[in-house]
Amino acid sequence: MTHLHSHLHVAVALDGAGWHPAAWREPDARPAELFTAGYWVGLVTEAQRGLLDLVTFEDDLALQSTDRFADDQRTDQVRGRLDAVQVAARVAPVTEGIGLVPTAVVTHTEPFHLSKAIATLDYVSTGRAGVRVKVAGSSSEAAHFGRRSELSLEDLFAEAGDWVEVVRRLWDSWEDDAEIRDVATGRFVDREKLHYIDFEGRFFSVKGPSITPRPPQGQPVVAALAHQALPYELVGRSTDLGFVTPVDAADAARIVGEVRSAQSAAGRADETVHVFGDVVVFLDDDAATARARRARLDETAGEEYRSDALVFDGTPPQLADLLEEWAGAGLTGFRLRPATLPHDLRRITAGLVPELQRRGLFRASYEASTLRGLLGLPRPTNRFATV
Amino acid sequence: MPKQIHLAAHFPGVNNTTVWSDPAAGSHIEFSSFVRFAQAAERGKFDFLFLAEGLRLREQNGAIYDLDVVGRPDTFTVLTALAAVTERLGLTGTINSTFNEPYEVARQFATLDHLSGGRAAWNVVTSWDAFTGENFRRGGFLPQDQRYERARTFLETTHELFDSWRGDEIVADQASGVFLGDADAGRFAHSDAHFDISGRFDVPRSPQGRPVIFQAGDSDEGRDFAASSADAIFSRHSTKEAGQAFYSDVKGRLSTFGRSRDELLILPAATFVIGDTDAEAAELAHEVRRQQVSGQTALRFLEQVWNRDLSAYDPDGPLPDVDPVISEDHVAKGRAQVRMHRDPLAIAKQWRELAEAKGYSIRELMIETQSRQSFIGSPATVAATIDDLVQSDAADGYILVPHITPGGLDPFVDRVVPLLQERGVFRTDYEGTTLRENLGLAAR
Ligand SMILES: Cc1cc2nc3c(=O)[nH]c(=O)nc-3n(C[C@H](O)[C@H](O)[C@H](O)COP(=O)(O)O)c2cc1C
Repeated sequence: MTHLHSHLHVAVALDGAGWHPAAWREPDARPAELFTAGYWVGLVTEAQRGLLDLVTFEDDLALQSTDRFADDQRTDQVRGRLDAVQVAARVAPVTEGIGLVPTAVVTHTEPFHLSKAIATLDYVSTGRAGVRVKVAGSSSEAAHFGRRSELSLEDLFAEAGDWVEVVRRLWDSWEDDAEIRDVATGRFVDREKLHYIDFEGRFFSVKGPSITPRPPQGQPVVAALAHQALPYELVGRSTDLGFVTPVDAADAARIVGEVRSAQSAAGRADETVHVFGDVVVFLDDDAATARARRARLDETAGEEYRSDALVFDGTPPQLADLLEEWAGAGLTGFRLRPATLPHDLRRITAGLVPELQRRGLFRASYEASTLRGLLGLPRPTNRFATV
Repeated sequence: MPKQIHLAAHFPGVNNTTVWSDPAAGSHIEFSSFVRFAQAAERGKFDFLFLAEGLRLREQNGAIYDLDVVGRPDTFTVLTALAAVTERLGLTGTINSTFNEPYEVARQFATLDHLSGGRAAWNVVTSWDAFTGENFRRGGFLPQDQRYERARTFLETTHELFDSWRGDEIVADQASGVFLGDADAGRFAHSDAHFDISGRFDVPRSPQGRPVIFQAGDSDEGRDFAASSADAIFSRHSTKEAGQAFYSDVKGRLSTFGRSRDELLILPAATFVIGDTDAEAAELAHEVRRQQVSGQTALRFLEQVWNRDLSAYDPDGPLPDVDPVISEDHVAKGRAQVRMHRDPLAIAKQWRELAEAKGYSIRELMIETQSRQSFIGSPATVAATIDDLVQSDAADGYILVPHITPGGLDPFVDRVVPLLQERGVFRTDYEGTTLRENLGLAAR
């Protein structure tokens, strides 16, 4: 059930100018370019130079706010964001090797639309697409869509589970060889290989099939960030990859255990479900510099930076020590959140990666052309296929 | 100075126009096909690339329609990706106003506009049927008579969202620490019978401010919707007489909405076949029509008027002697086209008379009536025809739909475009960087 790997997986979470709220004020930040294609291409190209498994793109259906439930009216932090699926799509044709995993908010969107969007991301990236599903519990997001009464946490996650199920069935709703171009009978497709998904649930019903043929990976990689029992269950039941936020190795072991039990309970014990630890990183050549930079950013922001994930400051070798230790607790990889961009991303690609390579813990070149391939996930057979 | 012609390219897709059986036909879904097609359009200095939409696979006689190309990518995703491999070409996506929500669509178009440097356009379509609705949360709840009401308020709402940022709010001054110059940037509130939403829009104003707005839909309500709100119309009327009638009707409606005649472009869909000579093109055109209308396809066309299963008939034989079935329920589902046949009994009568007079079989009749290409001829003939149609106000330009994916645009780009340029009616380079600039539309 646990999946043995010769090396660690490393992902980077991209958001704005970096995860620290004062990141945009760093000298090397480009805050006026956050809404240009060149900015994102530059970052992903850098991550690809480091042979990272994938990048994620954060997203919400509301303006950023420090208050999870309301608009904070602040003007001293980055505000405004582009649609994450499209940012990934814009980057796809000019990158190769690296996986592209945008965030999709499942609470207010149509699984039919997102299913074809992610399938299409898989086409435009020739097999490097994933999606990170996210629930939206805030009333500000609900108010942007109107008429949707707010759901309890249980219902939000139940809906997210259904959403993933619908999306996955839609990806399979075309068999790989449905397009036959049979001149003799005049048929372009074999309709026996197109399937209604007939999903009926509490939150929606969807007929299918998709309008988009099955994507190159068959099933793009589904991911979710998880902090507690309900989302651990979502990860265990529905995803290929969970991002979790341990505070130390023991916590990591506990969380991995919870995800594995959820996975077994869902009858997926023999499938690979990756569990990546999220860490916010301040990286410099010596630890004192990293600490000082963190302190300086905190001072600029006017408060100490806090995160749901562990905040690390130190050198690439020190971070490599931590990752090795946490990997020993069962994590299969890591999603690093650079505190500032591009600084901490460059320290990952030019510092951490060579260090991990020296230790024999990281790849020396991309060993596969698809994201599933990089993650050691097989191309799944189609649930509807009869032969 | 003669009127300048606008040209656009429609990626060949789900309809029988697209010939898949030809050895030259490639993938209609792999991204490389879109890249090749878009780059041909840009080489030809076309205004934009156009994508149609269909949100459910079509059915006929209770089964998925299997004779035509099936399957298409997601509009936003493929257009944004194309922004990476083109520089000036406009990117027009057909997006339905019934099965979407304004906040999401507004941020998708604003994002496309940012990531393409101001090249986004939205063809607002209003298909409302319960058949398509079965793929969505809302289901098929929208009565037909509300389709344009929802479209109108949907469009108004997205405009409020686009305009909720003026464009100067991002200060990003690292020294003073002011990122946002206005603590209320993006604030909006909209309430009507269809949408009751408020809050803050999260995409700053894009290069064009608002995407270029297209309308496609032929009813009286559709034409009014276009005259009141659109920058361009995607119409079906590509012949001279029908084109002129449509053109004067729609342009005549503009003054009612306080708009001038040059605020709305009329761009019909058009197909073409080009040969070295007119005679060669005519021959080629007939061959293409035979590829487009197999015996099976001819029967399916006929069923769309007869509204009954005709599979027992011989496509090479005479027309059925039974009459069309008049019913709300139609054998063909998911096809906007069938609503065009407003008086099936009259069409059936007319077709029988034509078939009898000319001795046509079912297939021959369908080849004659259903799929004649808009422009057939040598490059010189096609260039002269298009120029004449545009100068005589049958259109402001054409959205060309080649029958081969992805190389079908090449003959037009390589052979007709230079002749239009020689005539001084088509650009030799892009005028501006945004689609609005290239279409000669005012900023909004
Ligand atoms: C030239 C043309 C192209 C159209 N393309 C699409 C399309 O790609 N997707 C779609 O859902 N509807 C399409 N439609 C349908 C219209 O948007 C509209 O929903 C339908 O015609 C009903 O409106 P009406 O009664 O005003 O014609 C098209 C219509 C026309 C005239």
